Amino acid sequence: MAGAGKAVADSRANLPFVYRQYSAEQLKQVLYKMYLIRRFEEGAEESYMRGLIHGTMHLSIGQEASAMGICMPLGEDDQITSTHRGHGHCIAKGAEVKRMFAEFFGKTTGYCKGRGGSMHIADVAKGNLGANGIVGGGIPIAVGAALSSKMMKTGKVVVSFFGDGANNEGAFHEALNMAAVWKLPVIFVCENNGYGMSTSTARSTAVKNIADRAAAYSMPGVIVNGNIFSEVAEASYKAVERARSGEGPTLIESKTYRHRGHSKSDRNRYRTKEEIEDWMSNRDPITLFENELREFGFIDDKGIEAIRSGVAQEIADGIEFAKASPSPDVSETGNYVYTEQA
Amino acid sequence: MDAMVRELSYAQAIQEAMAIAMDMDERVFLMGEDIGVYGGAFQVTGDLVERYGTERVIDTPISELGGAGVAVGAAVTGMRPIFEFQFSDFATLAMEQIVNQAAKMRFMLGGEVSVPVVMRFPAGSGTGAAAQHSQSLEAWLGHVPGLKVIQPATPYDAKGMLLAAVADPDPVMIFEHKLLYKMKGPVPEGYYTVPIGKADIRREGRDLTIVATSIMVHKALDAAATLEAEGIDVEVIDLRTIRPMDKQSVIDSVKKTSRLMCVHEAVKTLGIGAEVSAMIAESEAFDYLDAPIVRLGGAETPIPYNPELEKATVPQVPDIISAARDLVKGVR
Repeated sequence: MAGAGKAVADSRANLPFVYRQYSAEQLKQVLYKMYLIRRFEEGAEESYMRGLIHGTMHLSIGQEASAMGICMPLGEDDQITSTHRGHGHCIAKGAEVKRMFAEFFGKTTGYCKGRGGSMHIADVAKGNLGANGIVGGGIPIAVGAALSSKMMKTGKVVVSFFGDGANNEGAFHEALNMAAVWKLPVIFVCENNGYGMSTSTARSTAVKNIADRAAAYSMPGVIVNGNIFSEVAEASYKAVERARSGEGPTLIESKTYRHRGHSKSDRNRYRTKEEIEDWMSNRDPITLFENELREFGFIDDKGIEAIRSGVAQEIADGIEFAKASPSPDVSETGNYVYTEQA
Repeated sequence: MDAMVRELSYAQAIQEAMAIAMDMDERVFLMGEDIGVYGGAFQVTGDLVERYGTERVIDTPISELGGAGVAVGAAVTGMRPIFEFQFSDFATLAMEQIVNQAAKMRFMLGGEVSVPVVMRFPAGSGTGAAAQHSQSLEAWLGHVPGLKVIQPATPYDAKGMLLAAVADPDPVMIFEHKLLYKMKGPVPEGYYTVPIGKADIRREGRDLTIVATSIMVHKALDAAATLEAEGIDVEVIDLRTIRPMDKQSVIDSVKKTSRLMCVHEAVKTLGIGAEVSAMIAESEAFDYLDAPIVRLGGAETPIPYNPELEKATVPQVPDIISAARDLVKGVR
């Protein structure tokens, strides 16, 4: 992405990273997308309550700065693998919410033609190789994509998103080791929201910080406040530079919090109302970013209102598009199992 | 012009196929444990690392799950990996990537990607390697829609089916019986493919159809030679592909012979023989059966170390002969 002009950059010299690095238009677009992620998930939740979406879903409300910050320095050709809590990653990498809604509604116009749903949402054209229903399942796949990048000399960088739960899966350790041994252009992003389903990292994980695991695989381990967009984007920027120049992988631990439960069956018995309330009121990533944008003069109340109403319209249109789209015919149940149809 | 045909071992045939695939397509590369300078645990990759370099013949750490996942990730992003498991038993360490990812990715993403990965599994007993290095797990993977599972029985098929697997856009799992690696047979030079999903009638006969897989094809042919002297004319079908199965070849054969025996090394219960038997019971061939279907398979035990016990746990030529006699005479 193009940086801000030099004169502008000088006047921003003391501001945090993203305000020096990106234009006002780019930053407003980030706020738009953070709202888009939030409202998409709220819209999905409401549609679920109304019985328009079946199955389950894992909402990332409260983690929007992490998804947007990590994807900020990525180009359209760069790739990601995502997780069961992957709606934010998908939007951050460029997906259209109308096709995401359509997928959640099980429609043929969805990204996976109704075969994947929330847990397998993908947008291959934009470099999202897919969410994953298996904790840690996407991590070795990201390393494989990075191996392709190196072998084919495409210059692509691959980001593997996963949660704190995945850091105790064997796949995490095997994948990080291979990426380091082969110096692959991959960035491991652990979005640590404090709980693997109901089990806190304190009870599940031997190290204090998941980034500490990086030392075992001889790569930089970086901790960021995952609710502060600029911090996340700066760490991602450096990791992308490192990967792109052939120096190998980085592990970024983005410490964040999910406002909602693990999935739709969660009764939130493992954390207190006070804890949730504190994160929602005092550390909401959208509020924090919006306040900074306002404080640094990148946007005013009118601009924020325009973003909110624009997002609301896009969400409403997306839901209508999904509702109006056709369902796949049951005669097509066997499609896409193999490349050639029997 | 016919290609020059030489005698090659099964292992040499696979190695030649991998070399041809790498010569033809720069996206093809090999991954696995000790497949470089060591040459592979069974010397299948041999000296390929000297010819193609360490960037295309990649020694992985001992990380079957991660390695399989890397192969899957490389396959969906444009490469054509051939991943060697050191022993098929180690598939158990990588089932997540094989079953949840490789098999389902195309489907889950609504056809937006394909997963052209080839995985090779040295399988089977007879080497004294005991219970954790001797299993035949092909039916496990054969149960998973999205995978293709093949078991070439000859050097000719090993080469041709591997080249077909590399050209295939979907994940292909190849189970290679370790005792076949040194078996020699005619193999043409150059490129050719043997189609996935087509059985081969190895021997024509009128009295009994034996459907066999992998090394059991050879045991069935040996048994058929003995039985011929007794006036029993056996048809031997080499199934070659477990999924998708060539049902029609078996149906046609059973309609001709009216008797069916299935022979495989893998454990009999819930095995491929059960699938073939049920398939025939559901087909028009059922009405042609003159006797109950017979299945021979591995005993309900892990593979033992002691060589006599080891032999006793999998079907041998005398077992096939004896079962065939009873079947044709109507003892059962």
